[in-house]
Amino acid sequence: MQGQRRAMEPARLFLGLLCASAALAASSLHQRPPQPELLLEEEEPELGESPSGSLWPLPRSLRILPGQLQLAPARFQLVHGPGSTAGPGCALLQDAFRRYYEYIFGYSKWQNRGQRPLPTGTELLQLQVVIGSKDSECENYPNISSNEAYQLSVTEPVAVLRAEKVWGALRGLETFSQLVYEDDYGSFLINESEITDYPRFAHRGILLDTSRHFLPLKSILTNLDAMAFNKFNVLHWHIVDDHSFPYQSATFPDLSGKGSYSYDHIYTPTDVRLVIDYARLRGIRVIPEFDSPGHTQSWGKGQKDLLTPCFNGEHRSGSYGPVNPILNTTYHFMTDLFKEISGVFPDAYIHLGGDEVDFTCWKSNPDVTEFMKQQGFGIDYAKLESYYIQKILDIVSSANKGYIVWQEVFDKGVKIKPDTIVEVWIGTLYTAELSRVTGAGFTTILAAPWYLDYISYGQDWKKYYSVEPLNFPGCEKQKKLVIGGEACLWGEFVDATNLTPRLWPRASAVGERLWSSKNVTNIRDAYNRLVKHRCRMLRRGIAAEPLFVGYCDHEYRGL
Amino acid sequence: MAELALALLLVGLGPAGAVWPQPQLVRESPGRCRLSPGRFRFGYARSSAVGPGCAVLDQAFRRYWRLLRDAGPRTPEDTRPWEPLCAELLVSVATPHCDGFPDMDSVESYKLSTSEDLSLLSSESVWGALRGLETFSQLVWRDEDGTFYLNKTDIVDFPRFAHRGLLLDTSRHYLPLRAILETLDVMAYNKFNVFHWHIVDDPSFPYESAAFPELSRKGAYNPATHVYTLNDVKLVIEYARLRGIRVISEFDTPGHTLSWGPGAPGLLTPCYAGLIPSGAYGPVNPILNTTYQFMTEFFREVSTVFPDFYLHLGGDEVDFTCWRSNPEIQAFMQQMGFGQDYAKLESFYIQRLLDIISSYGKGYVVWQEVFDNGVKVKPDTIIHVWRENAGPYQQEVAQVTKAGYRALLSAPWYLNRISYGQDWQTAYQVEPLEFEGSLEQKELVIGGEACMWGEYVDVTNLTPRLWPRAGAIAERLWSNKTVTDLQDAYIRLADFRCMLLRRGIQAQPLFTGYCDAEYSGL
Repeated sequence: MQGQRRAMEPARLFLGLLCASAALAASSLHQRPPQPELLLEEEEPELGESPSGSLWPLPRSLRILPGQLQLAPARFQLVHGPGSTAGPGCALLQDAFRRYYEYIFGYSKWQNRGQRPLPTGTELLQLQVVIGSKDSECENYPNISSNEAYQLSVTEPVAVLRAEKVWGALRGLETFSQLVYEDDYGSFLINESEITDYPRFAHRGILLDTSRHFLPLKSILTNLDAMAFNKFNVLHWHIVDDHSFPYQSATFPDLSGKGSYSYDHIYTPTDVRLVIDYARLRGIRVIPEFDSPGHTQSWGKGQKDLLTPCFNGEHRSGSYGPVNPILNTTYHFMTDLFKEISGVFPDAYIHLGGDEVDFTCWKSNPDVTEFMKQQGFGIDYAKLESYYIQKILDIVSSANKGYIVWQEVFDKGVKIKPDTIVEVWIGTLYTAELSRVTGAGFTTILAAPWYLDYISYGQDWKKYYSVEPLNFPGCEKQKKLVIGGEACLWGEFVDATNLTPRLWPRASAVGERLWSSKNVTNIRDAYNRLVKHRCRMLRRGIAAEPLFVGYCDHEYRGL
Repeated sequence: MAELALALLLVGLGPAGAVWPQPQLVRESPGRCRLSPGRFRFGYARSSAVGPGCAVLDQAFRRYWRLLRDAGPRTPEDTRPWEPLCAELLVSVATPHCDGFPDMDSVESYKLSTSEDLSLLSSESVWGALRGLETFSQLVWRDEDGTFYLNKTDIVDFPRFAHRGLLLDTSRHYLPLRAILETLDVMAYNKFNVFHWHIVDDPSFPYESAAFPELSRKGAYNPATHVYTLNDVKLVIEYARLRGIRVISEFDTPGHTLSWGPGAPGLLTPCYAGLIPSGAYGPVNPILNTTYQFMTEFFREVSTVFPDFYLHLGGDEVDFTCWRSNPEIQAFMQQMGFGQDYAKLESFYIQRLLDIISSYGKGYVVWQEVFDNGVKVKPDTIIHVWRENAGPYQQEVAQVTKAGYRALLSAPWYLNRISYGQDWQTAYQVEPLEFEGSLEQKELVIGGEACMWGEYVDVTNLTPRLWPRAGAIAERLWSNKTVTDLQDAYIRLADFRCMLLRRGIQAQPLFTGYCDAEYSGL
């Protein structure tokens, strides 16, 4: 995993030289302002049939033929095909077969139907899954370079799904399940089809915030299901922040012991393990974010002297600021904590945050002032932040991990290693930021236009859908450095009560943008497919909210 | 720092202060008793004019006893045997009516006094007793060990406005019965007393009519699954009655009726493209006698099915384009001497509809356009003010009341319009009587309604979108005018929201934080 990531480095190193710099003035906006509400007209879209049925996200290449085949639930099988390098020993696929059989047939009272033989030449008997590569990666964790491509050919009497790796097979199974539909008589039908598919972007993430509100395990798992339905492949777990520290650390149990909302609001190592495994089985990476030096109020409760004491004139004010960057103990602590985190989370990347560092407290503290002088930083506190981040990056590197940081770390000129991934989140002028970041040769992830916690009235999914991530000034090489994007659902106003309907199907719009071809931009066609996709999510137990007026044959039953 | 101050305040205030909506008068005295949910009982005082057998109260006793019991894990009894045990709550109702329906004039006031040996709740009517029971249930609090307590408290309470409603829209999206019933539960927790059921509209007609079964057969999204049968409707009405909630149905005409068309041929106006019918249909056809025969039959049924004195007749957003295009309507306009003033045609229709409703001994509520368009309405008509963008709504309220009509306010309370942040505060800060007008005019404002229109709402997101946001409106309509402190409201509402979670209601958070018992119904 590491090797693959590093293999991309040299190209990046030279980019700054090869590309014309498109840098604009740095944005100084460092908070999260709610974007101005886009007043979407209240048009009544006519619901119609898409030629691509209910497929979401739309495959790269798709040919649906008129010929229909029938699937008999009692006979149809999902099996390993001849020549596959994965077999019944591949639990990941075995689980997926069972899951998708359930998704395809499990919601109807079909048991008494489809037992009669069907006329020859009209029945689809099997889906054969053939993994081509010698190493199916069945036991691995998915990573940034995982091959998710697949080919699906639906012909009588068997359909064949070919993929190099299990990750492509998972995506193909999802697509296959979306091709099957029920007619008015309750028969399961599929059209003969040919599909070749692969993602446009390698990093397609959802950010969940479990600090502002704790999310029960069940919420997280449900959303991993929904992510798989939308071919998302990264859970960006913003696990701790100012408000609470629900991550139970084995090394520093006081962090959650004192920093969580309550004993009930904790992720134990077993919980974390479960999330990671559950995600793996769906081809989803789990990238934890331990944001520092800002956004760390909750850390202070369980770790004495970690945070900077703020001063009111000559006296301590009693409140605390960002992590104290001038103490050796800080770095000892971080070394131990990140050593643990690196072991717990298998992904090659850790998100280190680095956003919204408020210098007020540092400025008030005489020891920090003294340190600044000593280091020759003058009054440039960004240098102090840089000093801190630099040390954290070294710590994480020595734990053999790569890292993602929020854009401020780049904006403030912190010296970061060339393989750092910079996540662009500030809504204003994000295209200019993309130019700057990629112009400097860094890999980037786009989140700015996809802050789904900013709700507004109407069909805002269209806004998310209409974003073109590569629509920024820059050369081809710069564009290649955009490895994907993330839909972020920050937790200020979100907990288990409203998470799922707020996230789905709005995040689906981002899912298609990151997977499908650049030219898949027809809003009407998207609407027709997304309405059906949303109904399908309901059937699969996801409380996805409606796009607009209408109904589903099977409404949500969870209430 | 702000958070710290808030936390301190919370402790200082004490859990017993947190009642939502805030009662008119609360006096706490030193002293408290332990409450054992298992042993505590509700009963009728000897002085009460109603007693066992009164379904409204019998069932309420059971409901509130269960809420107490389920409020948390049982703790070992007698962990603090030195503290007195609360024994019972006795209810005394002055008037002996139990089997009726609540109405606009129902008296909802009550007095509640709790103390160790005896707690007494007295009220004029059973409806007031229901409100008092809710308050009582919110007075019970738990300490860290899980012991329940009741502080010695005296409360005198009554609603500021008589009409405190909530609108659900079951046409844009069908809402399963259980969603409606759950909403009624939470309405009772918030002391709402009117369920405005916007039951049909353009997109679908889920109401199963006995007289015109074709309406839902052809107008529902799915006539087998997306309909309300007569039994469903009766169940909703009874469920609401037991909680002191009126059900006002809205069958909106002449606009908003597209779904009526397929099941009632000839009812809607055929629109024309030039000289030929375009195939599209417009509002109800106001020029045919058959239309009024249909409405007479249809509203005869509706008047019987829904016991409330008031029907909501809609009358909003009538688009004249289709009427204009239709040559027969043009001819009729000429004949009637209406000229080009289609508002006169609308008025003509509404007038006849109102006469039909009056003949069934019913009163009616209409949306503001009916008043704005100068339709002659009877003096006891209630005008429902809803338009947000047609100038300040305060002006509309002033005009409506100046003309001597009673007004119902919804304009600032469209909860379907969501935005980022704590928008409950905006709803909370509305003062319904803040408009230019005499005292008499102010008295004509009978209340307001929180509206949850259904364009973007169905069973997947209804509950979290509605609660606790609608709670802000509930307090505005119940509590004293002077109850406006946002910080205090935040603390109580956050606490109330946690109580809703304990009661199994999927109410969304106000802001960051947590509840001891999080929502687990996922």
